[in-house]
Amino acid sequence: MADASAKQVLFEPVFNNNPIALQILGICSALAVTTSMTVTLVMCASVIAVTAFSNLAVSLVRTQIPNSIRIIVQMTIIASLVIVVDQVLKAYAYEISKQLSVFVGLIITNCIVMGRAEGFAMQNTPWMSFLDGVGNGMGYSILLIIVAFFRELLGSGSLMGTTIMPLVNDGGWYNPNGLLLLPPSAFFIIGLLIWGLRAWKPEQVEAPDFKMSRHKVKEAF
Amino acid sequence: MEHYISLIIKAIFVENMALAFFLGMCTFLAISKKVEAAFGLGIAVIVVLTVTVPVNNLIFNQILRDGALEWAGLPNVDLSFLGLLTYIGVIAALVQIMEMVLDKYIPALYAALGVFLPLITVNCAILGASLFMVERDYTFGESVVYGFGAGVGWALAILALAGIREKLKYSDVPEGLRGLGITFITVGLMSLGFMSFSGISL
Repeated sequence: MADASAKQVLFEPVFNNNPIALQILGICSALAVTTSMTVTLVMCASVIAVTAFSNLAVSLVRTQIPNSIRIIVQMTIIASLVIVVDQVLKAYAYEISKQLSVFVGLIITNCIVMGRAEGFAMQNTPWMSFLDGVGNGMGYSILLIIVAFFRELLGSGSLMGTTIMPLVNDGGWYNPNGLLLLPPSAFFIIGLLIWGLRAWKPEQVEAPDFKMSRHKVKEAF
Repeated sequence: MEHYISLIIKAIFVENMALAFFLGMCTFLAISKKVEAAFGLGIAVIVVLTVTVPVNNLIFNQILRDGALEWAGLPNVDLSFLGLLTYIGVIAALVQIMEMVLDKYIPALYAALGVFLPLITVNCAILGASLFMVERDYTFGESVVYGFGAGVGWALAILALAGIREKLKYSDVPEGLRGLGITFITVGLMSLGFMSFSGISL
């Protein structure tokens, strides 16, 4: 992709080649951190930072890495970046880092980071790789923010901690849907989002494994 | 003994790695099209988890923990910030060693696991289990049981999903949902089923 323009590299992953909806990358952490908007935003910022800078770093040393140990080298770069993010969060946003618990650490094994380092940064210049990292981070973030929006609004009647729809328990009118705070709802919302995205961009629809053949035998009627 | 039994039940059903914590989702969705492949991967995950969690437990308690280096005359050293780097290194190294050992001594199992062994390094369930072990402060014995239980839970989930998907490909799914979309919905329904275990208190 040497001739791809910077803008294309940056915005392609957001809708056309979304890491979650199309490349099946990085779903692991996408689901568990989406019960509240604040936590999700922090998580997204961390992921964008890690993908962007790991892509940049991998791309800078890409000619020096011996092919046989490249995975370990990438892992070390990513793990060091994640440690930095983890320490920053612990220092400045301790409450949120408690809520994210193990999921900050799991950015290391987030397939988006590894996938882009291996798939893009190893072949491209540092600046392009940086943009690609930001773009993929954004594609991931947009999906996460949409999921978190629905889960927090319908699950606890609030956004970013401020009440939007007063709950019945506090004398309001909204009866919260508890299911949206539980794990299964995240799967349903992402499944439906993929449906929506593919209805909008039909070229992303997967080919069926089997086609139903037409009726050949004339039924008696 | 009872404590260990309840821990293993908890790790397999109540806190199922895949369906309650969404760990290892990428491989979970990518390698669940065929039951045989899912079975191979499931076994590999069980083996790797049972080995890596206890090893990481030892490393954390003997070297990284705050004040753990007292035996080396360094009582004030806290290396716990190196945790993430160490665990992932241990996992990568152990997977590599296991691959060599299996290749030499148990070639049948090595052939069965095939490409799945190296893939496991980037499976979040493996690193996740190590991180949970540290967060919950398990002892060595508990970490062995927890690692095994978490692996069995994950293997169970991927086998069930693969079984469903094998049948699902014959069904007439709406266009936009075909493939990934319907898989997500299926996993959501499975996860809903596993939610019923959360009422069990052990």
